[in-house]
Amino acid sequence: MAGPAALTIHEAAAELAAKKISSVELTQAVFARIKAVEPRVHAYLHLTEETALAEAQASDRRRAADAPLGPLDGVPIAIKDNMCVRGVPATCASRILAGFVPPYDATVITRLRAAGAVLTGKTNLDEFAFGSSTENSAFGPTRNPWDLDRVPGGSSGGSAAAVAADEAIAALGSDTGGSIRQPAALCGLAGLKPTYGRVSRYGLIAFASSLDQIGPLTKDVEDCAILQEAIEGWDAADSTSVRLDGPPPTRAIQGDVQGLTLGIAKEWLTEGLDPEVRAAFDGARAALEKLGVKFREISLPLQDYALPVYYLVAPAEASSNLARFDGVRYGLREDGANIIEMYKKTRSAGFGPEPKRRIILGTYVLSAGYYDAYYLKALKARTRLREDYLNALKDCDALLSPATPTPAFRIGEKTDDPLQMYLSDIYTVSVNLVGLPGLVIPCGFSKANLPIGMQFIGRAFDDGGLLRLAARFQDATDWHRRRPSLG
Amino acid sequence: MAEYETVIGLEVHCELSTKTKIFCGCSTAFGAAPNSQVCPVCLGLPGVLPVMNAEVLDRAIMVGLAVGCTIPKRFKFDRKHYYYPDLPKNFQISQYDLPLAHDGHVDLGGGRTIRIKRVHLEEDAAKLVHEGAGEKIGTGTAALVDYNRSGMPLLEIVSEPDLREPAEAVAYVKSLQTLVRYLHVSDGNMEEGSLRCDANISVRPKGQAQLGAKIEIKNMNSFRSVEHALAYEAKRQREVLGQGGTLAQETRLYDEASGGTKPMRGKEAAHDYRYFPEPDLLVFTMDDVRLEKLRGRLPELPDVKRLRYVQTLGLTDYDAGVLTGDRAVAEYYEAVIAAGAPPKTASNWVSTELLGALHGRKLGIADSKVAPRQLAALIALIHRGTISGKIAKTVFADMIGSGADPEAVVKKKGLVQITDEQALAATVREVIAANERSAADFKAGRQQAIGFLVGQVMKATGGKANPQAANKLLREELGKP
Repeated sequence: MAGPAALTIHEAAAELAAKKISSVELTQAVFARIKAVEPRVHAYLHLTEETALAEAQASDRRRAADAPLGPLDGVPIAIKDNMCVRGVPATCASRILAGFVPPYDATVITRLRAAGAVLTGKTNLDEFAFGSSTENSAFGPTRNPWDLDRVPGGSSGGSAAAVAADEAIAALGSDTGGSIRQPAALCGLAGLKPTYGRVSRYGLIAFASSLDQIGPLTKDVEDCAILQEAIEGWDAADSTSVRLDGPPPTRAIQGDVQGLTLGIAKEWLTEGLDPEVRAAFDGARAALEKLGVKFREISLPLQDYALPVYYLVAPAEASSNLARFDGVRYGLREDGANIIEMYKKTRSAGFGPEPKRRIILGTYVLSAGYYDAYYLKALKARTRLREDYLNALKDCDALLSPATPTPAFRIGEKTDDPLQMYLSDIYTVSVNLVGLPGLVIPCGFSKANLPIGMQFIGRAFDDGGLLRLAARFQDATDWHRRRPSLG
Repeated sequence: MAEYETVIGLEVHCELSTKTKIFCGCSTAFGAAPNSQVCPVCLGLPGVLPVMNAEVLDRAIMVGLAVGCTIPKRFKFDRKHYYYPDLPKNFQISQYDLPLAHDGHVDLGGGRTIRIKRVHLEEDAAKLVHEGAGEKIGTGTAALVDYNRSGMPLLEIVSEPDLREPAEAVAYVKSLQTLVRYLHVSDGNMEEGSLRCDANISVRPKGQAQLGAKIEIKNMNSFRSVEHALAYEAKRQREVLGQGGTLAQETRLYDEASGGTKPMRGKEAAHDYRYFPEPDLLVFTMDDVRLEKLRGRLPELPDVKRLRYVQTLGLTDYDAGVLTGDRAVAEYYEAVIAAGAPPKTASNWVSTELLGALHGRKLGIADSKVAPRQLAALIALIHRGTISGKIAKTVFADMIGSGADPEAVVKKKGLVQITDEQALAATVREVIAANERSAADFKAGRQQAIGFLVGQVMKATGGKANPQAANKLLREELGKP
């Protein structure tokens, strides 16, 4: 049994406030749970139990002095291992970062500390967040708590599995093409990819800078709002971060959804969609209609280009962002007879197959003679795709799509076929390309008892509107209360 | 043999002297201990992001405005990729297709105008120190990296291929040096590397419109080396073509020791930098209000000032050039005038006496103990007739060392000019008595003889006599029957 580790953030906050439990007890419960299930799940790459307990003690002292910092004070949170935490190794699940210990905190970490959160450790991911199953980790795959033979999704699979398995109360993930939302769907969680610019990227080891956003992975939507509120906001260290002027998420989440219009693109409900996912999606639609939500069919003619555009833009930026891993100052170094040989040997030994594939692809599309045909064309298509979405969102308050084409697939099922793997992000990549917010929550289960997710897509900076829709849905349904039976 | 023409274009790199680096808050101070002015951002650590230093951008745009460039409404930054251990991210944030300024010019005088193609900003790389290195790179035992220079703001000013002689190239770089110093945006110091330049040089038969094969020359670290490298290269290229050979595009390194250039890499080894827009920085927009504000920050530029000195203040072009060559000197000079000194007299005193004295002491204008107000006061003493010009030099010699007010020096040394005719009359009679021959000459009609006699009066009074008064008295005395 998971005990207090099974609590949500808002439940834990209530118990902490009522002094029914201390942060140290809660943290100990989480680490006991980690010890019990981690050998089967492998959600973490690095645990920080000692500092976590010290943080929990500090939280308890604040509470004893009647000066708690807010709903996250004393709550154990897991961090995806592509964010920098001062003094804690950051690996991006890659051998090339061996031994690298960041001397600074990412802005989201600074903000979590300011909110009093307890950091449990760093979670597994696909190497440099390149993947949809967490199988591309150099340190072995993470398993889906709902079925240990299946993937938790990726690339934030470690964070999703940790939350689903009660190895953390909540977690931070990062999302470049679906890396928060697809694992949320596959693990039965709420996962928000905020509007681009809402959360500072400072300290997030970049995959594709124009697409990356950090966001929450939580047990329900209310938690999602609490965690998002703690990490978001303008940051002087990130020029692409934005000053927010709307209501904060925990306020925006309140209120009615009666009379809102949701758009569903006809291009989304095609033959590639698993019948069980389709059935769950239709059921969720009916539940939302009961809440007074109206639906409208829309068209996103460029939808089919989203994945190809993504696989030009994202690798191009990745090839540039990963250039710094060269063995000169930190991480792995394989010595060579000269500097060029050192570079080659280090990068050959340090990167796994997927980073190599994307570096080669990205380098190619940025090369002289190919730039116009590939990268520039992709940028133009990206602009057109954004226009399509903005047009659709003129007539609709938000859009509703499936989160993934299928529930969680088996470990090893798609590892030999990168294209098949890429297709599992078909519903999520365009949201990053257009910079809008996307929120995934569970909307049903397959016959094999695997979670199925759906995705709300909103107007720029209307992340709160999506949280409100999802919260009213969760008020009326129980999908989010189901838990895997890991024992 | 055909007559050839040399064609040169320069890329001048100028380190901006802002307090902090271009994308982080680290100090830019020169000469600090290695790797003492670094942070995660300029070390290019995983996860960091650049944030534009607003002052860097302002200064860069001021340079653009000062060379008459168009400042576009939108400009952006791009990543330039190449692998080298001095580049911590293995890409440099620079500007590719939308620089912050383009299409300007620099006038070198004599009707020579050099067009500026573009002005753009980029981050500097770290400095490599080769330990135990011999003459050739790669022979050392270790390469050490000093990241203090990493992320220093670097302005690149690219000329069109309008320069025709090595000396003209040097004059162009010097003109840019004066300009960036005038704008107070850079030290412009070639020895410390805050001003560096690369050249593209080719030769072509005179009258041919098409340019010859472009040879890029790197590693020129002084005005001398710019002139030597280009002269060497112009000669080498003429010889190759003259002997029926051909030249191909390549990059060559100047070798200070031999005074020649050596091949570095050919066209086929040229980098593909894979430029693409820097996603971590937004596109910058420039509105008219901001642009006008920056234009308002521009001082009167050297060319304009020089012209004004000639046309309005009546100085010679040479003197105007001396005074405007350094903004601090010009400002000093203008302060002297503002304190009431006549422009021409002030010009002589500043450019000859003051600069000469400071130069002799190896001091700059900022180190002068004589304030502009004090120099103006000294000039006023001459004009009032309190002291002679000659005595004034003695007073000045005291002032430059002591910083004392001229009135105090005059009083202390008892140097007040004798203008009282009665006080001088006795001396005049003595001088005439002692110099009968000259007196006779003057009486016989040799007007020049009076000069000698005035000199003798000055000598007899230790320079304190008012020469005009002495002259008048001598003439009166000698005119007596």
